[in-house]
Amino acid sequence: MFEPVLLRNVDVPDGHLLTTYEAGGGYQALGKALREHTPDEVIDLVKQSNLRGRGGAGFPTGMKWSFVPKRAGKPKYLCCNADESEPGTFKDRFIMERDPHQLIEGMAISAYAIGAETAYLYIRGEYGLAIRRLEQAIAEAQARGYLGTRILGSDFSFVVHIHCGAGAYICGEETAMLDSLQGKRAQPRLKPPFPAVEGLYASPTVINNVETLACVPHIVARGPDWFRGIGPYKSPGPKLYCLSGQVRKPGLYELPMGIPLRELVEDCAGGPPPGRKIKAVIPGGVSAPLIPERGLDVGMDFDSLAAAGSMLGSAGVIVIDDSTCMVKVATRIIEFFHHESCGKCTPCREGLNWAVKVLRRVEAGQGEPGDLEQLEALCKGIFGNSFCALGDGAAVGLRAALAHFEDEFVAHIKERRCPFH
Amino acid sequence: MTMREKIEAAAARYPDQRSAIMPALVIAQKQHGHLPGPVLEEVADILGVERIWVYELATFYTLFHTEPVGRFHLELCDNVSCMLRRSEDLLRHLEAVLGIKKGGTTPDGLFTLSTVECLGACEMAPVMQVGDDYHGDLDIARVDALLDRLRATARQATGADLAAAAPPGE
Ligand SMILES: Cc1cc2nc3c(=O)[nH]c(=O)nc-3n(C[C@H](O)[C@H](O)[C@H](O)COP(=O)(O)O)c2cc1C
Ligand code: SF4
Ligand code: FES
Repeated sequence: MFEPVLLRNVDVPDGHLLTTYEAGGGYQALGKALREHTPDEVIDLVKQSNLRGRGGAGFPTGMKWSFVPKRAGKPKYLCCNADESEPGTFKDRFIMERDPHQLIEGMAISAYAIGAETAYLYIRGEYGLAIRRLEQAIAEAQARGYLGTRILGSDFSFVVHIHCGAGAYICGEETAMLDSLQGKRAQPRLKPPFPAVEGLYASPTVINNVETLACVPHIVARGPDWFRGIGPYKSPGPKLYCLSGQVRKPGLYELPMGIPLRELVEDCAGGPPPGRKIKAVIPGGVSAPLIPERGLDVGMDFDSLAAAGSMLGSAGVIVIDDSTCMVKVATRIIEFFHHESCGKCTPCREGLNWAVKVLRRVEAGQGEPGDLEQLEALCKGIFGNSFCALGDGAAVGLRAALAHFEDEFVAHIKERRCPFH
Repeated sequence: MTMREKIEAAAARYPDQRSAIMPALVIAQKQHGHLPGPVLEEVADILGVERIWVYELATFYTLFHTEPVGRFHLELCDNVSCMLRRSEDLLRHLEAVLGIKKGGTTPDGLFTLSTVECLGACEMAPVMQVGDDYHGDLDIARVDALLDRLRATARQATGADLAAAAPPGE
């Protein structure tokens, strides 16, 4: 039987308070890490656990940490990526609103491992309740000696500062986040140098997602074998899945990595509304290519979804039923990317602008022969030629919609109207 | 604390004053409701940074407003998960009952209506943000009830209070 750990406290009244967190064994992992392990040993534990980043790309967390130079002669920084702006995704908000100490403990242990004394928690400015709860939790942790100088009698000192974003999706891209933290417009930086070597203020910096950091106390407390024993060998552990769209029970579910998408949608989330059939599912936020109904027997982990031509991404699962026009969905997704394009590179900035115009025309029943070829050509021009993953994500998403639902696009053009309206 | 003190306290968290521009703009916007030129210049002066850096950020990020907005800013999400749960119907309804188009402000200055990208609360789609608060699982009846509550809140404040009042949720 799978035992949820990340969501253990989210439905507990006062789950956001230190007393609740401590009553469930909270901050014991921090004490254990400081007393029993060197920083390198903590990095090893995380490596052995095979924890892969939960922010989208799935990069192995322990390996990322080990890239931080041991002697840099500069301060090192930890950045928590709490920007969470990928449409369909709300998992980090749950942790921050309802169990913020889990994140703070994870940040403290992670900072100890990489040798950082300062962390910035970059949270989207819209998350008012989460910001208030985090401020309260940081104050509580500070008062109890879990943050501050010489934590729990050790030599380790650590502070967490909250930095609020102001409504730009691109801030979630890690190097754009660093520029935003440095008071600039958020635009991605060229890599290398990678942030682990030259990040915030040109100092070694580790950037991790909220859920990734929240896994760390459990790995320290229960051991890497426990973590690796859950789900597939290559991407193990408990995972938060965000279910939304046309399902009966939208919500946040914690289940093992690798659970079949069909089980998640049909059993956990109760399937489509009465009388409806599932048409397609977006498995990992709108950057992840959609999967048509016949493809739902795929495991929800990094490798299985990549093999199926999509990606786990943020695990923001959006369910679309048979009452919905796929041209409309594709148009809305590309409008989003167009709106959020930072404008740094031409393929994304101009290509998405053009794609939106063509898509709107097709959706309105004013499509022309050749429009689909046009869209295909735009995808080709954007994919692989854009500076960051935003452009690529938009192109693969549009391509998947065109490939799987070509008939709907063709019908719009031929009938000169939307067949769903 | 005065605005200057708040900004100086925020700036102490960073090794570089430029990093404090965003937090300073958040503080200034809470104080003034929006960010007209003179406020941006004041922020630059307090931090001792180039004015153009401050202008650059105030115009790049969507949460900063250089133009005034209504007492209540209704920000309705119309991204995919909300669209799939008919946020469009709510937009049409709001436009009709407020007598304004998306982007507009009611003549009494009470409501500004916008659509926004995903609010990160798709489990309660369709969702609308007003000030610091999220309102989810919306339908037309709930939207009407919310508007009534907001109007009542506004009526409670006298004219003088209204001018000085911070946006809701603070
Ligand atoms: C356009 C774009 C938006 C992103 N948004 C987020 C986000 O909101 N939250 C997040 O954790 N990662 C986001 N990422 C991924 C980050 O760049 C980065 O890979 C991640 O924060 C690393 O943390 P992890 O190793 O713990 O996954 C985004 C990437 C791109 C390209
Ligand atoms: S791909 Fe788009 S978001 Fe990324 S750098 Fe280029 S313009 Fe900016
Ligand atoms: S799509 Fe509306 S809150 Fe996410």
